Amino acid sequence: MISKNKKQILEGSNAIALTIKNIAPAVVSAFPITPQTHIVEDLAKMKADGLASFEYIRAESEFAAASIVLGASATGVRVYSATSSQGLLLMTEVVFNIAGMRLPVVMTVANRSVSAPINIWNDHGDAMAVRDAGWIKFFASNHQESVNQHILAYKIAEKLQLPVMINVDGFILTHSYEPVIIPDDKTIKKYLPVYQPPTGTYLDPKNPVTLGAFFGPNNYLETRQMLHEDLMSSLEIIKEEYKLLNKTLANQGANHQRQKLSRIDNGLIEYYGPQKPKTILIAMGSVIGTILETIKNFKDVGLLKIKVYRPFPAEEIVKIIKPAQNIAVLEKAISLGQSGPLYADLAATVMASKIKKNLNLKNYIVGLGGRDITQKMIKEIIKDAPQKNNYLKFIGKI
Amino acid sequence: MQNNKTLPSKFIFPGHNACAGCGQLVAVQAVMRGLNSDTIISNATGCLEVTSTSYPQSAWGLPWIHSLFENASAVASGISAALKQKKKKTKVVVQGGDGGTYDIGIGLISGMWEREENILYICYDTEAYSNTGIQASGATPYDASTTTTPAGLKSTGSQQVKKDMLAIALAHGLKYAAQSTAGYPDDITNKIKKALAVDGPSYLQILSPCIPGWKMRTDGAVLMGKLAVTTGLYPLLEYTNGQLTSSSITDSFRPQTVNEYLKLQGRFKHLKAKDIKEIQKLANQNIEKYKL
Ligand SMILES: Cc1ncc(C[n+]2csc(CCOP(=O)(O)OP(=O)(O)O)c2C)c(N)n1
Repeated sequence: MISKNKKQILEGSNAIALTIKNIAPAVVSAFPITPQTHIVEDLAKMKADGLASFEYIRAESEFAAASIVLGASATGVRVYSATSSQGLLLMTEVVFNIAGMRLPVVMTVANRSVSAPINIWNDHGDAMAVRDAGWIKFFASNHQESVNQHILAYKIAEKLQLPVMINVDGFILTHSYEPVIIPDDKTIKKYLPVYQPPTGTYLDPKNPVTLGAFFGPNNYLETRQMLHEDLMSSLEIIKEEYKLLNKTLANQGANHQRQKLSRIDNGLIEYYGPQKPKTILIAMGSVIGTILETIKNFKDVGLLKIKVYRPFPAEEIVKIIKPAQNIAVLEKAISLGQSGPLYADLAATVMASKIKKNLNLKNYIVGLGGRDITQKMIKEIIKDAPQKNNYLKFIGKI
Repeated sequence: MQNNKTLPSKFIFPGHNACAGCGQLVAVQAVMRGLNSDTIISNATGCLEVTSTSYPQSAWGLPWIHSLFENASAVASGISAALKQKKKKTKVVVQGGDGGTYDIGIGLISGMWEREENILYICYDTEAYSNTGIQASGATPYDASTTTTPAGLKSTGSQQVKKDMLAIALAHGLKYAAQSTAGYPDDITNKIKKALAVDGPSYLQILSPCIPGWKMRTDGAVLMGKLAVTTGLYPLLEYTNGQLTSSSITDSFRPQTVNEYLKLQGRFKHLKAKDIKEIQKLANQNIEKYKL
């Protein structure tokens, strides 16, 4: 028997599946791909055991799975899907379409590298391939964060009619065991009401609407602008909702009493380290744990964790990095022929904010295709960050 | 008594911007007369979608969604799953062109049919990608000149024979699969009603003459739909539980020669007598195969 709002030791995928069951989507559809498989297998088993009442639609491809949840979402019900790597790339056309149609689809991406060469291990190449699709993108760095971000995702998605993707590092988070609290369905309901979109916004014979119409040059631009502006304004709402979620979970005895290590944590970013650091490392996802362990021994080094990558929380980031002289962006992705995508975002942010002319902004590409990121590498990066040399380095071995 | 055929349908309104004389719109009108208001439509990208939903207008009186070119069937599965959770009996209908059906969407259609959902799939077969300028599709007939299979000094147009989509539908065990043409609007309406009565997936394929694609007179869509049937090239067919239960090819069928059909269409105007003989053979094969 699964205890309610009690700390348990769970596999990351199982924690996500249990959370989704308690969130109670009406329709789940997915196609198997490593390392997403455990999530969708767990959901199928819950359905088979009568523990969940959603429709579980076995799709013949990720392209179909994404289209199925698109159709269900357009019919006004809560939906869920999950994928990885090639699966996400196969979905790409639908992923863009879901955002353009303003459907509150929520999907987990168990992050994995992109082929060729084929490789099943973790990096963020898949998430970055759909960076510009118009989804809100969360990155989780541990199981509890992943669980809480899934709950938050539905609230934000349904409130703003925007799709939300929760990125969890393949294997590192999906296949590992950690203590975690899965808020029970009653707790979740206190925070996330039953989903009922407004009449006239979904497919309903009583109120016929046309969805997915043809837009000419006189109308298309405004729809993209609107989507962009709505994404940008979601930053404030995510912050508010994050607070509210934490409060609700605490009231229901479902907050994971971790020792608060970070100085700032607002749902968008989290900052660890001194108030006036010389060097700040910036990263996303599960590598945060390793970096945190490493910087313990450095007095003037801070760590900025990005939890929401799109929309990009530029203002929050500027506030944190202002005092620093050296910024090292550690990334598990590369925009081939340019730099890490997060680095490019940082560079644009620094430019626009005019914080420091001589800021040392450097990019370290790490962990691609599941390569271990060691404390030794991080120490090396901390040492290299103030050096005036190549701004972009691949750190594989030391 | 009112003639049903001339009544405008309340599900598709005037104001779309299809070509004058569009055969697909004739077929759509007949389809809409067979549907009831408790219906949701999932439409593939193509002429019908583009010409009926130019924002801020829409010609649709039914709830209607368009997502992409190839996924209308999977979108319909999602709608169907949502309706199941809502405990609604609403009928889900998919509309796609031959490109969306025979080619780019076929994998997703196969997936949908496997799931045995209560969805009617309608293919408006213009025998080419009409919307993008009449490029060849898997439904393009042998020897037709299209913009990607142009007739030329060394070519008589498309060298592939039309894919047998009806057989593919039947291979999925569909309880109802049928074929009609824009020449017989009442036949279309009747088949829609029968398809809707089936519990499970059903398929209706409608030959929809395309004025610019077939290079024909703007008043010719219905005539061409009739000639396709009377020559045996595109018979009216109905399969119930896998058995051929109705066919325009009966003992009393006296076919017109295929030339009667071909000579009215610019897409075949390059053909010589020997080419036409080959097409006559295809019609003769149909007449054998679909005789009831
Ligand atoms: C993935 C993708 N490839 C290509 C297109 C371009 N495209 C739009 S409609 C169309 C052809 C539609 O042909 P068909 O399905 O036969 O419908 P028709 O227009 O003839 O009614 C094509 C190629 C697209 N929209 N999406």
